[in-house]
Amino acid sequence: MFPFLKYRKIYFIFSGILILGSLISLVIFGLKPGIDFTGGSILELEFKDARPSNQEIRERLANFDLGEVVLQPTGEKGVLVRMKDISEDIHQEILLKLNEKWELEEKQFESIGPTVGQELKQKIKIVTILAILSMFSYIAIAFNGVRQPMRSWQCGAVTLFILFHDVLIPLAIFSLLAKFSGVQLTIPATIALLTVVGYAINNVVVVFDRIRENLFKTPQPGFEERFEETTNLAINQTLSRQINTSLTTLFPLIFIFFLGGATLKYFALALILGIIAGVYSSIFLAGPILIEWVRRKRA
Amino acid sequence: MSKKKTYIIVAIIFLLAFLAGNLDYPQFLKIPHFPERPFKLGLDLQGGVHLVYQADLSEILEKDKAKIMDGLRDLMERRVNLFGVREPVVQVQGERLVVELSGQVNPAEAVKEIGKTPFLEFREEKENFQEIIDRNKEVAQTQEGVFEDPFQASPLTGRYLKSAELNFDQVTSKPIVSLEFNDEGAKIFEELTSKNIKKILAIYIDGIPISTPVVQEKIAGGKAQITGQFTIAEAKELVGNLSAGALPAPITLISQQSVGPTLGKISLEQSLKAGGFGFISIILFMILFYRLPGVLTSLALAIYTALVLSLFKIIPVTLTLAGIGGFILSIGMAVDANVLIFSRMKEELRAGKSFSAALEDGFRRAWPAIRDGNFTTLIVAAILFEFGTSFVKGFALTLSLGILISIFSAIFITRNFLNIFIGTRFEKINWLWG
Repeated sequence: MFPFLKYRKIYFIFSGILILGSLISLVIFGLKPGIDFTGGSILELEFKDARPSNQEIRERLANFDLGEVVLQPTGEKGVLVRMKDISEDIHQEILLKLNEKWELEEKQFESIGPTVGQELKQKIKIVTILAILSMFSYIAIAFNGVRQPMRSWQCGAVTLFILFHDVLIPLAIFSLLAKFSGVQLTIPATIALLTVVGYAINNVVVVFDRIRENLFKTPQPGFEERFEETTNLAINQTLSRQINTSLTTLFPLIFIFFLGGATLKYFALALILGIIAGVYSSIFLAGPILIEWVRRKRA
Repeated sequence: MSKKKTYIIVAIIFLLAFLAGNLDYPQFLKIPHFPERPFKLGLDLQGGVHLVYQADLSEILEKDKAKIMDGLRDLMERRVNLFGVREPVVQVQGERLVVELSGQVNPAEAVKEIGKTPFLEFREEKENFQEIIDRNKEVAQTQEGVFEDPFQASPLTGRYLKSAELNFDQVTSKPIVSLEFNDEGAKIFEELTSKNIKKILAIYIDGIPISTPVVQEKIAGGKAQITGQFTIAEAKELVGNLSAGALPAPITLISQQSVGPTLGKISLEQSLKAGGFGFISIILFMILFYRLPGVLTSLALAIYTALVLSLFKIIPVTLTLAGIGGFILSIGMAVDANVLIFSRMKEELRAGKSFSAALEDGFRRAWPAIRDGNFTTLIVAAILFEFGTSFVKGFALTLSLGILISIFSAIFITRNFLNIFIGTRFEKINWLWG
């Protein structure tokens, strides 16, 4: 049995730095909301011959009023053009203009007006709030009847903190990606993070459930003293479950990330990051934080 | 549970899996008379256009809004049908129209044709009306030559129409459609009706005839009625069409998404490949880590996949990239339940329990965790489903379907597979059980 609780100071320091760094990254770099939130257009083109340089494409597009244009190469001969939302007429004119110089095929075009973007943003806010509220009530029910020495509200608070951690880390990585490779936080990635919340909550519940079960098993007098021991036992007992369930979910996601194409790439990435953060926090943070809290209260 | 019952259940499971497998992939065994159903693919997987139009109803009275939107929908449907794609979708969402065409469409052309302002016009019979009708009949019979429109344009267009309403004849209670023209229109209409008594004054929208009433008498004052043998629904449709063509409700394109057919095909292949590799990696992991139970899980997982895919066909669920993503994720989560059960079983076996007791306790103890674990994910999926955009809905739907079947797979299919080994010599070989 590995004495997980013994090294808890190390996890706390490591996670503290990670959380602080994440917050700083989010504040400084911020997130780049996708066109599905802000309105805008994406045009994906594939050139018949070699892909021209971004400079050449920009020159061709110079006469149009397209706002900030972001060019991103895709595949071997493709390019993704992001710009402000444009009318169908402009869209056709752009294609004509590019076609004059290069032979190309339009693979996809998406244009979302600002009002639609606003609405989607509004909707996702509602969904997020609803998801958080329902998870709140779930936590309240799940830890109802937890007995001494821990209290149900303590379990709830620790779980919430863990969820915050599990979403914060992926968000911070998205902010780094936004800064350094222009990755946007789109609806799919947001949805993935919400799914992570529903998924990660169980890792914590499973550990706390085991602690509770082990407490029941210990003889009544003096079990408070053995709390630390039972918790460590619970972490060890659930260890293979935590790692294995996450691994089986991670395998297909990793394949989606590498092979699944552009649309699902960052959707899979958000899930992967969230799940990894979730395994880590359920093993190294949930139990140790609870122990630390209970111990300080009693001291 | 008796041994015999377990065998029967396992046999039924395999039969079910066999049927599901054939439904998923009928090309493999080619069993004659087996129903063949294709997967329904979203436009991101087969190419197509998704257009959202906003109707400007600012000049429309509140009571007429629904009527106008219905009219616009009919109008869009007619235009969309010209593209000849399978199962086009035209939906009214409040003051918006959502149009979806999948398959081989030229997006630029679709946008141009569908977004046109509707053109309502009244056409009168040509001089040689009867002659043209006769000639058209001949063309229809011999399949040679070209049809000629027996009607010609008149000065009366939708611009002069003030309103169209559904009424009922006071005597016969039959539905009638009342038209009202503005002052200018009333004059043109009076002139036109006086010229065309006992002749047809056809109503065209976008060059397609939608009604061919016969003028009974000269009508002054700009109010007319179309009577005929139509049902209430037909009369309503006509009113909607007329209103859409008459009233100032311009539509603007506020969002569009078009995917070329090649990209759709590539996306489909990529996501299937990712799913296939993901599936294989899970199976390898399970067998290496859990040995015999891992093999059984892999079998259960294959059955699970066959069942879910056949459900996608039967319901049918429109598969989009997001939907496939949700499905692949659900495969990973489906194994979770088995992992939970086997972890527990391992513990119980190590604690020295007999195989059947360890099996029993493994399932019983893992159940709350399985139930709760999937429950929270299902809650999130349900909330996402309410969110409503097609991407999110597709993901939430396949994920929740997958989760529900995965629970069934873990506690029923895997359970019965394991039950087979109770009382056999396999149960004594601890190595097999990890």
